[in-house]
Amino acid sequence: MGMNMKTKLRNYHAVCWDEPIIYELDRNGERAILVPEVDKKITESVGDGISSIPKSMRRKNVPQLPALSQPQVLRHFLHLSQENLGVDLNIDIGQGTCTMKYSPKINEQFANSEKITEMHPYQDESTSQGLLEIMYKTEQLFKEISGLDRFSLHPGGGAHGIYTISSIIQAYHKSCGEEGKRNEIITTIFSHPADAAAPRVKGYKTIIIYPDENGCPDIEAFKKVVSEHTAALLITNPEDTGIYNSKIAEFTKIVHNFGGLCGYDQANANGLLGITRAKEANFDLSFFNLHKTFSSPHGCGGPGSGIVGVTNKLAKFLPVPVVDYDKKNNKYFLDYDRPDSIGKVKDFYGVIPVILRAYAWIMSLGTEGLREVSNVAILNNNYTMKKILELRGVSMAFPEHKHRIEQVRYSWEKLSKETGITTEDIQRRIFDFGTHYWTSHEPWLIPEPFTIEPSESYSKDDIDEFIAILGQIVKEAYEDPKKLKNAPYKSSVHHIDHEVFDDPSKWAITWRAYKKKYNGYFQPK
Amino acid sequence: MNSKKIVYPYIPNSEPQVQNEMLQEIGANSINELFSDIPEKLLLHKKMNLPKPFLSEYELKRHIESILSKNSTCKENISFLGAGCWQHYVPAVVDEVIHRSEFLTAYAGEPYEDHGRFQAGFEYASMMGDMLEMDVVSIPTYDWSQAASTSLRMSCRITGRNEVIVSKTINPNRLLVIKNYCNPNVNVVMLDFDSKTGLVDINDLEKKISNKTAGVYVENPSYLGSIESNGAKLSEIIHKAGALFLVGVDPSSLGVLTPPINYGADIVCGDLQPLGIHMNYGGGVAGFIATRDEKEFVSEYPSRLFGIAPTENSEWGFGDVMWERTSFANRESSKEFVGTAAALWGIAAGVYLAVMGPEGMQELGKGIIQRSLYAQKEIRKIKGVKLPLFQSANYSEFVVDFNNSGKAIKEINKALLKKGIFGGKDLSKDFPQFGQSALYCVTEIHTKEDIDKLVFALKEVF
Repeated sequence: MGMNMKTKLRNYHAVCWDEPIIYELDRNGERAILVPEVDKKITESVGDGISSIPKSMRRKNVPQLPALSQPQVLRHFLHLSQENLGVDLNIDIGQGTCTMKYSPKINEQFANSEKITEMHPYQDESTSQGLLEIMYKTEQLFKEISGLDRFSLHPGGGAHGIYTISSIIQAYHKSCGEEGKRNEIITTIFSHPADAAAPRVKGYKTIIIYPDENGCPDIEAFKKVVSEHTAALLITNPEDTGIYNSKIAEFTKIVHNFGGLCGYDQANANGLLGITRAKEANFDLSFFNLHKTFSSPHGCGGPGSGIVGVTNKLAKFLPVPVVDYDKKNNKYFLDYDRPDSIGKVKDFYGVIPVILRAYAWIMSLGTEGLREVSNVAILNNNYTMKKILELRGVSMAFPEHKHRIEQVRYSWEKLSKETGITTEDIQRRIFDFGTHYWTSHEPWLIPEPFTIEPSESYSKDDIDEFIAILGQIVKEAYEDPKKLKNAPYKSSVHHIDHEVFDDPSKWAITWRAYKKKYNGYFQPK
Repeated sequence: MNSKKIVYPYIPNSEPQVQNEMLQEIGANSINELFSDIPEKLLLHKKMNLPKPFLSEYELKRHIESILSKNSTCKENISFLGAGCWQHYVPAVVDEVIHRSEFLTAYAGEPYEDHGRFQAGFEYASMMGDMLEMDVVSIPTYDWSQAASTSLRMSCRITGRNEVIVSKTINPNRLLVIKNYCNPNVNVVMLDFDSKTGLVDINDLEKKISNKTAGVYVENPSYLGSIESNGAKLSEIIHKAGALFLVGVDPSSLGVLTPPINYGADIVCGDLQPLGIHMNYGGGVAGFIATRDEKEFVSEYPSRLFGIAPTENSEWGFGDVMWERTSFANRESSKEFVGTAAALWGIAAGVYLAVMGPEGMQELGKGIIQRSLYAQKEIRKIKGVKLPLFQSANYSEFVVDFNNSGKAIKEINKALLKKGIFGGKDLSKDFPQFGQSALYCVTEIHTKEDIDKLVFALKEVF
């Protein structure tokens, strides 16, 4: 029998290398790589190259980069890599809304194959049939997963997907002669912040709907703001509370009655695969995060992918090119001939390694497997919820929703009132146990919030261990609150002075700026 | 066998017994009961019709590899394609670092338990800052086009104006992104180029610039390969009008080309892909934005900016500078929007710059120019080919005019392909005024033999 993490917590300590900034390791003259030499005959033929550059454009100062040998560079960055908590290393259920899940290693092998890495986007199509086939087939999979008719694989992340959707909405209303009139987009406070932010780039005013007393977007408030000025509704469902808005079809119907469109932010799709889709709720557009639900690793914040799906009537507005298949000649091709397209939102065709991983992941699971993903995500979430609510001082927002889809937004309000401990104190303390949690997107409508999303990648034991850690912290909050206030103790670094980050005379975003402002370790000049 | 439930290797709790235990604990009879909030009429009352899966890892590998084997790569051929995505050598150490699980699978942790990614992000920005001689560099955005679009929007906010001027020699696909990003409330005015030099037409700039102009965006080297030598003059005209000078650069050129701040640029942007990121069929791009360290500039970035700070134990600590700018903090009243973009590519670029070092970046730039000059010199000797198209210096890319050959680029490239060569990017659609011309790209990966092979093949094609 192994250790029981539920009764005896790990005696964890984060890796702490106290690693210098790379510039402090500079050893003038060292080399980490040699650049291929130019053939002598080339130099004889054309000279040194530099003299061909107009004088005013030649670089005068050597770039002030650090110089290190190869083993030093590697060791430095491996030290930094070890000072992170990735999904592969921890029970990563605390970063709610992020759908932290296992990214199969075989898919890394595919993504790192020279058959993809060494491909140029402007190669002749006859030489890129493999990738075009993957792109085409990925679109077909997502048509079935969403019920929508056409996809663009271009957007580079979820927020970018929302921006792309906003662009398509604008092009559609313009084509109806209503561009100026349709100047409002409605979203909800529990949808992702980018749903409120990205449409503003397209000139839209964003109207925010708050929840009613049951935790669903207030349909009466919604009815008051929807009008002939409504360009679209952009909404997440389930929202970040994990509550599925059961009136969603009414929302979409009302918007459609006013001539608006409905965009579905499917960042929270992990509990819905094969259960319900954009089509059934009458959405016109939608996006999926391939780096969340569809398993591509998050890469410290990208590369991601936020592919956008639309119904037939909006397909002509998608960015160019789209991938098509010529059945007669059994040939995949890029179609640029789309006169109504919004143009482009991204260079080339999308984040290909991420798309490839998502394709491989779906093909490893199929219809039954995807449904199992959602079944287990829901099961894990409701199990976790049951266990968390047994802890002292915790509650969940809108408790009348007894069951949740794939995540839950909880509150430490009671614990905070009784102990003075905040959710941020708990967040700093949880680092001492080898995991982490995220509070919530702002604004904090729910006091002292935290959001937990135990995706299908975690076992019952994993969840139990995470709960045991929370249990220990709750105990400390009541018995020794000071301990939490000073946390973390076992992290890679200790309390950071956050004041410098909002003061222009003190912040330093690069090493050169630091050197200008400070005279050594944070002694102002 | 068929009746037995599949236990999926990526899904620990797909095992039926544990599912029952958990349901019991919850007090539910079935998983379906847990999503009863979803109305009956919205449920998908059928199974999705996805292709039969490859359940074993081996079968999946066979399937994916059989599709990918249909590709023929730039390694299996000799490629002279650039045009926004460039073939450079990626040092092994770069791949080693970004393939680490700790970086690859981390996401949005705090500066305490994700200290390493904050430091790596800060160091990336610092090293880019030294290439650019600028004190503020953003965490990467999606790509160069997004970086250019945001730079233009930043210039509007900083100046309080809403018209931007964009050079016609920028990447035409980038222009499509910019136009969509500026639509509807920023007016984009196009700036002509001098047909002799390929450089910005200064007279046209003087004509078009006004007190309405927020920013002027120029790329250097231009999409067509020319090194813009009138930077200081442009800067003078732009600043006199109270506008900002925005420059897009290929960072691989900065070992030998002067950073744009030295000829007056206010905002500099570009792509990190040349710095240690594989081409990935155009999926390896990542944008950067850089400015001076002034509050009026810093407060207009939508992206995350990592700053350095002391900790109570005198360690290096990190955190977000001016978090309130971002849409994470301030939703609809933020600067544009931010989300998952291309952070790992930023770490790759940081490792690349650390590996290359100051000498490496200089040698890289110098070697690229030499090889490119050699290619131009040799191609020029071919009958029916005109080169240079412009009287200006080039970095790695240059235009080859094939109009006198009587052949279309499409035909030429087909013939080259048969010889295992990817010819230059066909410009006939994007720049019809040049007729049958192609944009060729030469970098440090090309040997003399590769270039000679191209020249030999071109001779044979005619």
